[in-house]
Amino acid sequence: MTAEVIQERLKPIVKPYVNNQENFNNLSLKSNFIQDLEINSANLVDIVLDVEDEFDIRIENNDMEKMTNVEATVEVIQNLLAKK
Amino acid sequence: MKSKEIISKLPYQEPFLYVKTIDEVSETSIKGSYTFKASSWFYKGHFKNNPITPGVILTECAAQIGLASFGIYLLSQEKDVNLEQVKLAMTSTHVEFLKPVLPGDKVIVEAEKMYFRFSKLKSSVKMYDLSGDLVLQGELAGVILP
Repeated sequence: MTAEVIQERLKPIVKPYVNNQENFNNLSLKSNFIQDLEINSANLVDIVLDVEDEFDIRIENNDMEKMTNVEATVEVIQNLLAKK
Repeated sequence: MKSKEIISKLPYQEPFLYVKTIDEVSETSIKGSYTFKASSWFYKGHFKNNPITPGVILTECAAQIGLASFGIYLLSQEKDVNLEQVKLAMTSTHVEFLKPVLPGDKVIVEAEKMYFRFSKLKSSVKMYDLSGDLVLQGELAGVILP
């Protein structure tokens, strides 16, 4: 799966937790979930669980810690999909 | 882990402890109770000459059973966990209130685990009075660390 496709599928997962709509409308690979999108850090867990369901993967602690922005998240998903 | 043991690990004390009993607990659910003392501090102000248990206190009671007590039990099932200084933070509350709870009323809280991952516990909770009527229902989440 290409990074672009993953990013497109990631968007609706992240959307419900976003508090900065303007930065979400200008989403880029560098968009940070907490600083730019102003997502409550506790909701990162919900995003990770929704990502697991969407891509049918299992995310462990070490990968979860990396998922701070769009680029890193896409990379984690891509790596886990490749291992399937 | 026994009921009394769970309550002894809770990081609350009077006048902000809202758990009296834990009656059932498993990997998937918990059931506990609390009786609101007529002498509780908040009745003097909520409301003037018309004491009704504040919704925030009902929410707190539901969270102390459905998140804190439940979380302590779930942590106790993991190995090598020290529960002497559990750290807690409530992160979200989505609840509705269906019936007033009056001074002296006993409530039963039943909570089911939605998930417990990455230190975050999310539970769906229901609170009943002794008539069996639902007084509160919703979803609570919090972070709990040993």
